[in-house]
Amino acid sequence: MTATMIKEFRLPDLGEGLTESEILSWKVAVGDTVTLNQVIAEVETAKAVVELPSPFAGTVAALHEQPGTVVEVGKPIVSFEVDDAGTSNGAAASAAGDRSAVETSVKGAPAAGVVEAVGSPAKREPNLVGYGAVVEHTGRPTRRARGQMQDVKAAEPQAVPIAEPAVVRQPEAEVHERPRSTPPVRKLARDLGIDLELVPGTGPGGLITREDVQSFTGAVEATASPVAQEGRETRTPIKGVRKFTAAAMVESAFTAPHVTEFLTVDVTATMELLARLKGNRAFEGYKLTPLTIAAKAVLVALRNNPTLNSRWDEASQEIVQFNYVNLGIAAATPRGLTVPNIKDADRLTLRELSAALTELTDTARAGKTSPSDLSGGTISITNIGVFGIDAGTPILNPGEAAIVALGAVRKAPWVVNDELAVRQVMSLSLSFDHRLVDGEQGSRFLADLGAILADPAMVMTMI
Amino acid sequence: MLTDQAGKGARNDAPSRELSAQNSLRTGGDLLQLVSPDGERISHPEFDVWVKDVGDEQLCALYEDMTVIRRIDAEATALQRQGELALWPPLLGQEAAQIGSSRSLRDDDFVFPSYRESGVAYIRGAHLSEIARVWRGNASYGWDPLRINLATPQIIIGSQSLHATGYAMGVQLDGANTAVLAYFGDGATSEGDVNEAMVFAASYQAPVVFFCQNNHWAISEPVRIQSHVQLADRPTGFGIPSMRVDGNDVLAVMAATRVALDRARKGGGPTFIEAVTYRMGPHTTADDPTRYRDPIELEDWAAKDPILRLRKLLEAKGLLTDDVEAQVKAKADAVAAELRSSCIGMADPQPLDVFNHVYSTPNSWIERQKDHYSRYLNSFNQPVEEGAL
Repeated sequence: MTATMIKEFRLPDLGEGLTESEILSWKVAVGDTVTLNQVIAEVETAKAVVELPSPFAGTVAALHEQPGTVVEVGKPIVSFEVDDAGTSNGAAASAAGDRSAVETSVKGAPAAGVVEAVGSPAKREPNLVGYGAVVEHTGRPTRRARGQMQDVKAAEPQAVPIAEPAVVRQPEAEVHERPRSTPPVRKLARDLGIDLELVPGTGPGGLITREDVQSFTGAVEATASPVAQEGRETRTPIKGVRKFTAAAMVESAFTAPHVTEFLTVDVTATMELLARLKGNRAFEGYKLTPLTIAAKAVLVALRNNPTLNSRWDEASQEIVQFNYVNLGIAAATPRGLTVPNIKDADRLTLRELSAALTELTDTARAGKTSPSDLSGGTISITNIGVFGIDAGTPILNPGEAAIVALGAVRKAPWVVNDELAVRQVMSLSLSFDHRLVDGEQGSRFLADLGAILADPAMVMTMI
Repeated sequence: MLTDQAGKGARNDAPSRELSAQNSLRTGGDLLQLVSPDGERISHPEFDVWVKDVGDEQLCALYEDMTVIRRIDAEATALQRQGELALWPPLLGQEAAQIGSSRSLRDDDFVFPSYRESGVAYIRGAHLSEIARVWRGNASYGWDPLRINLATPQIIIGSQSLHATGYAMGVQLDGANTAVLAYFGDGATSEGDVNEAMVFAASYQAPVVFFCQNNHWAISEPVRIQSHVQLADRPTGFGIPSMRVDGNDVLAVMAATRVALDRARKGGGPTFIEAVTYRMGPHTTADDPTRYRDPIELEDWAAKDPILRLRKLLEAKGLLTDDVEAQVKAKADAVAAELRSSCIGMADPQPLDVFNHVYSTPNSWIERQKDHYSRYLNSFNQPVEEGAL
């Protein structure tokens, strides 16, 4: 049985928005047998002369337009008689509707033929809708796997120690709509370690505003806006950084038995070194202070006294010895006391350390310290000398075994070669956790630190 | 062959026919060729080693690849003339440039193509329906870029070079061993985007390969007017080493691309490749090149046809057996048939689909707009009650 059908070829838009074309010539005549993609006509559009390839294999049944006529896009120009059931070419299935090729059935089993031609959805892509949302797993390697991104997210909770525990975001199993806010406010929240999911929005349509985030942190009230002022006293709610600082200090002071030792040192040589370095072109543009040298000295002294760079892990009943140094620097910020740390400070050159210190303090003063910079410290320095103070009994940053307080550098009478001289002098105060640092280790560390500051050349004997 | 930042290593001993007469200041390298237009294997002291693993079987595979993508191109062009695609940018003549480069990539490398790299898309693993549906107007995207590490093609000339450079800078931050490759044409080198991309790529020494297919025509603008130096000389000013290769020689393209990718992976920074080829067809199916192009030029380049050249090499080596020919033809026929059937059988997108991919996560605003639009569409189905007004 040779069922055939008539298929029309309608003039397509041949060049991005054309409405008509002129038939220049026919390359076939009625009755000719044509193959798929055989050139059947030459057509001129406003843009180009192009050849029309046949969309079917079959026999030319009719040419509807004469050469030289201008034809509107969408009008039938040629009809083909083709075998039914897709034998004309591998893909006789044609879309119904307004596509250029339109079927008109004749002879044979018309209905069946038409149905078959329109049907056969095997090659269709029903999943056009929702394509992008479906993650296809092909096993191909990709550089940034989703898993890695989730790792970052999962790491966030432990990286936000400055915020209250309630602010910590729990890893989520399902994706849902993110809270409505604006990019600057999102950034503010991120900088403050605040999860916007937890912040109630008071703006139009529940929009989270800058004020919402600020009031949520409590930082604004804690530092600037006394809430209840009654005559002779001012009452400020305990929240935000103040509350966190208090909790941390209480925890540290009443879990780690503190021992504090003092050493006063002639740092004239260090100050001379500073003056020399400031004139050195290699340090041009770098901010050099006694803190810079003292920080370097702490790092060097730790090499021979690694016990000071460790942690008492109560939960697992272990002493954790760090083989790296994340050097914390106590900083007074608009939000209160924070102790951001310089990661892997022991690997930095003096110049790099100087740059890192400058960046750390600038960032902290601007209130932009990121949560990750606030966690993971292994030992700290507090520079009380900048307030003109000589010595103190610093409280350990929780989890760390030692903290060094640097006193002010002052001119003072000092015995040099059994004679009194005016020298530049500084006091060092070292507190350590006596659970894991004994007096011997703490003393040796402090003595080494003092030796370096008294004579920076002593570094030669320690590295 | 590789010109370094100071222009050292530049060779002036083999000036190109087109440009040397116009510009005596040319500093670029000579044209790397490993297979002559007559199909003769030319040995090269520096670059042979980069393709020494390409044996008989791979040569046949490259021949098949090139034949198949030429067939894809021919079928898609026909589909456009038949009203099944709205537009198609032909790649005819650029098969060696696309196959030689894309076959040098690793799966985890990331590629940023222009609109003409349909052959690259096929090699990277895009489905034929995915290649066709954008040009049919059924979707605003082709494939999932993360599935095959191939970005969606850029219509904006050269902007993908910035995307590629940014991605490569990300690769650096991640410390990954991935290389990034951006495809663009000769016209794109005149765009600000490509120049900005080269500035950043050089500054950060990003692991990116700028793969320029110089097909000699930016629509109707000839390359000789766009640039008075060879395109491979342009990156020299940015401190980016460049190679100028015969883009119709699949082995030369492969060698150069491998060199560039290797530099990227080893932290050597960006590389620029000028693959000198020829767009034998129109710019797109809406273009008529006979209005601006000398037919003799087309004849000259037809003699340097990339597939013909590889054919001659295979014949000389006795590799082009009837079996191979039949196999390649069968593959090309099957791919063309699948392209046609998947294109014609494609379901039309529905009006509400336009809301589907605006956000990757649920969004109540979009849902609201979708609801409104849905009600608007439904209003056309409501019976009009007489006297209701």
